[in-house]
Amino acid sequence: MIPISLIQSTAETLMDKAAIEIPQDYLDGLQHAAKTEDGDLSSFVLKAMLDNYQAAKEDRRAMCGDTGVPRWFVKLGNAARVEGGMVALETALRRATANATNGVPLRPNRVHPLWRTDHDNNVGIGAPEIEYGFEPDGAWIDLITVHKGGLFGTDYRMLFPSDGVQGIKRFYLDSLMAFGKRGLACQPAIIGIGLGGSKDACMALGKRASTLRIVGSRNTDPRIAEMEDEFKELGNSIGMGAMGFVGKNMVIDCNIEVGYCHTGGMPMSVHAFCLSSRRAVARIHADGRVEHRTDPNWFTPYQRRETVDWAPQQEAAE
Amino acid sequence: MTLREINLSTTPTPEAIAELRLGDIVYLTGLMYTAREGVYMRALEDRANIPMDLPSQSAANFHCSPAARINPDGSFDMGAVTATASFRFAKWLPEWMAKTGARLIVGKGGMTSKDYKDYFVPNGAVYLSTVGYGTGALLGRGVENVEAVHWNEELGLAQAMWVIRCNRMGPFIVASDLNGDCLFERENAKIAENIARVYEGTKPAVLKRYGESDDRSDEVI
Repeated sequence: MIPISLIQSTAETLMDKAAIEIPQDYLDGLQHAAKTEDGDLSSFVLKAMLDNYQAAKEDRRAMCGDTGVPRWFVKLGNAARVEGGMVALETALRRATANATNGVPLRPNRVHPLWRTDHDNNVGIGAPEIEYGFEPDGAWIDLITVHKGGLFGTDYRMLFPSDGVQGIKRFYLDSLMAFGKRGLACQPAIIGIGLGGSKDACMALGKRASTLRIVGSRNTDPRIAEMEDEFKELGNSIGMGAMGFVGKNMVIDCNIEVGYCHTGGMPMSVHAFCLSSRRAVARIHADGRVEHRTDPNWFTPYQRRETVDWAPQQEAAE
Repeated sequence: MTLREINLSTTPTPEAIAELRLGDIVYLTGLMYTAREGVYMRALEDRANIPMDLPSQSAANFHCSPAARINPDGSFDMGAVTATASFRFAKWLPEWMAKTGARLIVGKGGMTSKDYKDYFVPNGAVYLSTVGYGTGALLGRGVENVEAVHWNEELGLAQAMWVIRCNRMGPFIVASDLNGDCLFERENAKIAENIARVYEGTKPAVLKRYGESDDRSDEVI
């Protein structure tokens, strides 16, 4: 049984780490970009961002003043048990979000869409989002917080089989062009592409591809992995860099996730995680151990399963 | 090319503004206030009295809401400071400038050259863009003191009018000048040369969408 107080205190630590500490995989990617960049303005921007990560860590202040929309992904091993059950867990995550908003401090971004009511704590109707996943083994819980920025860089389109890969490329380029200009997408970023699923699932897949997979990871389907490489290069060949200035670095990595869709369609979503790529992860074990990491490792073989039943031997063979 | 670095007051002289060139890196010193849709609506549509002496106290309007808290004793803690995209405020800016004498509009992403020519240049104003976006921690270091926060009860912390004393806060990039030229549009024009090449081989989607623009050299703002 995992104590609820441990869930809340871990969640508060995660809110703090996500806001302040740039994940190492993204930092490595950006440092590499800074080395290859030769546009004078875009080079200046990348250098300023690297200084900014350092300043955030030294001062223990948030990397970015715009907190984005803090949210949670919770993954449970099949044998995990939480003190007070899942309602207590949701309360703990909401409380941690509110406490960290005041504590770090973060910007209280969340308002009612019509009445613009702000509780000054990033909690409200449907906020923070809490999504769940499960794994066949284990009695642990993974808490993942993502503070994804916001208003630009994301788009959805219903494509069709006749659009083919060229259609996917075109919509990908359209999204980069539309939101890359003036740097509205806060690039260079991890770009996530969702292909398939129903419309809402397609959006969720793309979002998870950008926020729950790290720089350098590749889809286990080798042909999709090839597309990821090709799309990364394509995005970086536009000639646009940070803030939409002339440059070579638009895409730190491109991650593609797929889900089965309607036989007549090929829905697609594109998401840009930002220059602050805020994510933090902790695994809480049944015995109370807490392990922090920055790789959500969300897309396991179980999450990508294609079969009716989950055969344990199939997992062993991976 | 090395970029020029300039220290600028938040109540700059006309000469200091005329000196600025597109792409200059600027650090600001003096009082700056945040104002975005909440403040604009309250001041311009609801006709509330602006609780500052403008532009004598400050001619710098920051499109920002900081990551900050008000402590129980009334003091402030300001962490990171980052701008929000400015193009959405074009509706209010001409009237705001006329009313407050703002000469420096500081934000994310700039405005169009049409905005600059229509009401920035006649007001002797230029646009400074934050960098990144965003260098929230670096800008936070430039906050010497939070002098006041106005309308936080009416508007919430994110939309409130924060009055910040800046000490060499930056970096910012000069994104417009007194000719009304736009740094981002200049860069777009250079990138436009590549569009045909990167789109080569792709064709429009089979299902069309009602769209406002199909020209990839155009912008969506």
